[in-house]
Amino acid sequence: MKSLAELQAIKDRMKDKVILREGTGDVRVVVGMATCGIAAGARPVLNTFVEEVNNAGLSERVSVSQTGCIGICQFEPVVEVFEAGKDKVTYVKMTPEKARRVVEEHLKGGKVISEYTIAANNE
Amino acid sequence: MKELSLNILDIAENSVKAGAKLTEIEISESGDKLTLTIRDNGCGMSEEILRTVTDPFYTTRTTRKVGMGLPLLKMEAEMTGGSMSVSSRWEKDYPTDHGTVVTAEFYKNHIDFTPLGDVSETLVTLIQGHPEQDFRFLHTRDGKVLCELETSQLRLVLGDVPLNSYEVICWIREYLHEQYNENN
Repeated sequence: MKSLAELQAIKDRMKDKVILREGTGDVRVVVGMATCGIAAGARPVLNTFVEEVNNAGLSERVSVSQTGCIGICQFEPVVEVFEAGKDKVTYVKMTPEKARRVVEEHLKGGKVISEYTIAANNE
Repeated sequence: MKELSLNILDIAENSVKAGAKLTEIEISESGDKLTLTIRDNGCGMSEEILRTVTDPFYTTRTTRKVGMGLPLLKMEAEMTGGSMSVSSRWEKDYPTDHGTVVTAEFYKNHIDFTPLGDVSETLVTLIQGHPEQDFRFLHTRDGKVLCELETSQLRLVLGDVPLNSYEVICWIREYLHEQYNENN
């Protein structure tokens, strides 16, 4: 069984590291988590981003957070990627599989996946 | 919604947006009946607004004017022969003791009952997104505790390590899964 002693061990391990505060990274991934997003499948998309960003070793540079409805409910789940000095990228109709590709190719590789963006889906 | 746990996430997000320091989520199953209670100490609402919240054309959002969260929950409860109610104490009227309580009753054997789904993922998502707020969770069936979590207790152990640190989030997920596996 998981115990609070294990949590204490996590704390002790992290004390040795410099704790990076949320939002200090250069890149912000923001997932829409209002009624529309949640109903369309935003929860697994968000949790996939959290997991894959960590697995890819990007957690110091990339933060993952949640927001409300941004007004394009028909495109949910919607994920926005903000990077200093670059245009915002809006990915639409996201799935956990697409999220994995975004982490690998965009967040890690630096290449926007244009076929997932709102521009490519707004015909 | 495909799962009741997604409604829970949706309603609890409202609590967080209302500035709740503590949001309590309780699922209590007794025989065929499932009662869901989401209680927060957020800013609450005026009686005037309270009268309109189950109306699908009411919302606090300003980008668009349609709010669906509570009407959806109400519809899903009523489809099983159950009901939903909301009570609230607005901070203007109750400066020290304000907040909102949403209660919904479902009948599990009804064909239109939406399965509860993955409540653990809902809790993990809430804590990941709102590490500064506290959540208390309790799920019982016929008086027996299936799963419980209190983030304030974790905070006592963690000190200034954020609750949404990746390792902590993974620990919480497993902690919840283990309780469900043990007690189900």
